[in-house]
Amino acid sequence: MTTATDTTPAPQAQAANSFAMIRTLSGIALVSGVLLALVYQATFDIIKANKEEAVKNAVFAVLPGLSEAHPPVAFGLNPDTGELVELASDGDVLAEGFEKIYVGFDDAGQFVGVALPASGQGYGDVIRVMYGYTPAAEQITGLKILESKETPGLGDRIGKEPFLDNFRGMDVKMDDARESLLHAIQWVKHGEKTEPWQVDGISGATISSTAIARMLRESTQRLLPAVNAKLDELKDAG
Amino acid sequence: MANNNRHGPSDMETFLRGLWEENPVFVMLLGMCPTLAVTNTVMNCIAMGLAASFVLVMSSVLVSLFRKFIPKQVRIATFILIIATFVTIVDYVIQAISLELYASLGAFIQLIVVNCIILGRAEAYASKNNVKKAAIDALGMGAGFTFALLCLGVVRELLGSGTLLGYPVLGSHFEPWAVMILPPGAFFVLGTWLLIFNAMRERSARKAREKAA
Repeated sequence: MTTATDTTPAPQAQAANSFAMIRTLSGIALVSGVLLALVYQATFDIIKANKEEAVKNAVFAVLPGLSEAHPPVAFGLNPDTGELVELASDGDVLAEGFEKIYVGFDDAGQFVGVALPASGQGYGDVIRVMYGYTPAAEQITGLKILESKETPGLGDRIGKEPFLDNFRGMDVKMDDARESLLHAIQWVKHGEKTEPWQVDGISGATISSTAIARMLRESTQRLLPAVNAKLDELKDAG
Repeated sequence: MANNNRHGPSDMETFLRGLWEENPVFVMLLGMCPTLAVTNTVMNCIAMGLAASFVLVMSSVLVSLFRKFIPKQVRIATFILIIATFVTIVDYVIQAISLELYASLGAFIQLIVVNCIILGRAEAYASKNNVKKAAIDALGMGAGFTFALLCLGVVRELLGSGTLLGYPVLGSHFEPWAVMILPPGAFFVLGTWLLIFNAMRERSARKAREKAA
């Protein structure tokens, strides 16, 4: 072992060293770049398909009676201006103010309902959910948690039964002009649910279950009037 | 070169050293972050163990291969570059295999970059040994890391959810100990395993001393 030579290199050695450093780092960076480009190319389509599959599964989970033969169609909806744009592919980036919604169809290609997004602050982090809405019955048909970091064993019960049963057939009737909800979605303590627009809370997960009720209330009040205004366009999408 | 003495450890000994004698988690106490964070289910442990082992083996091989060309002033930068490349590859591959798995591992896949086991092996072993030795050492360390994760994961999933790999094994009468899948559970289980492993090592050391005496 010779460590003495390492301490004070001659000027020429220093120049050579710099060259060696640049050579090594750029050489390895080049190899890395090529490797990453190859892997990115190879996995790009699979990852995209996986993401579409996950979204499709969520839409199927919140809207019962959908058909594989008539896949859901994605739209961008701006609830403030009432603008509606059909998305060519699921990966399309939406402009500011637009929400991504999915329109579902049954075996006969008939309109069933829409899957709508909602999100809000939970106990752990932001919770993102998707819920199904059938304008014909004026009901929420189901809810699925897309993203949540709620505490396992406590807050994460928002993603399980019996809590999810709250949202099968939840009443979201609107007034005759279809501009606002007759009853806003309301959180109640566990066991005190009496009306179909109430969310039966979870004891031990008050913050998480309240968060779901709140984000759903806000989302329905914002999105349902816009959806109803564009219902004919949405029905024709299939 | 000091490492090239003729009576160096055999390949099997090199491998077993990582798995047992110098187990990265239970003996060297490296890689605590993923060990505590992702061991709440057995599936997470397997995925994390395999991902880290893949990165460990590939970067050790590359570091060992290029060891003569890496100036020592930029060796850490070079190691990190190599490690980061393989971590990104693993990141894409896991997304391609299962988004659900990707979501449950969270940021800890990307954080393999700063896993001190990998940088430690590159610095302490791969940069001083030939490719074959480096690969075997990395395999041993990777296996040791996966083994340690599984030690925690099996206990935590069994007690915390009453399942193994998602299959219920403790029956419906079992009330899951929610604390086991929460962060404190990771500390409890790790502490218990460290106690057991240290007791075992002390005992075998004492026996060896008695034999010698």
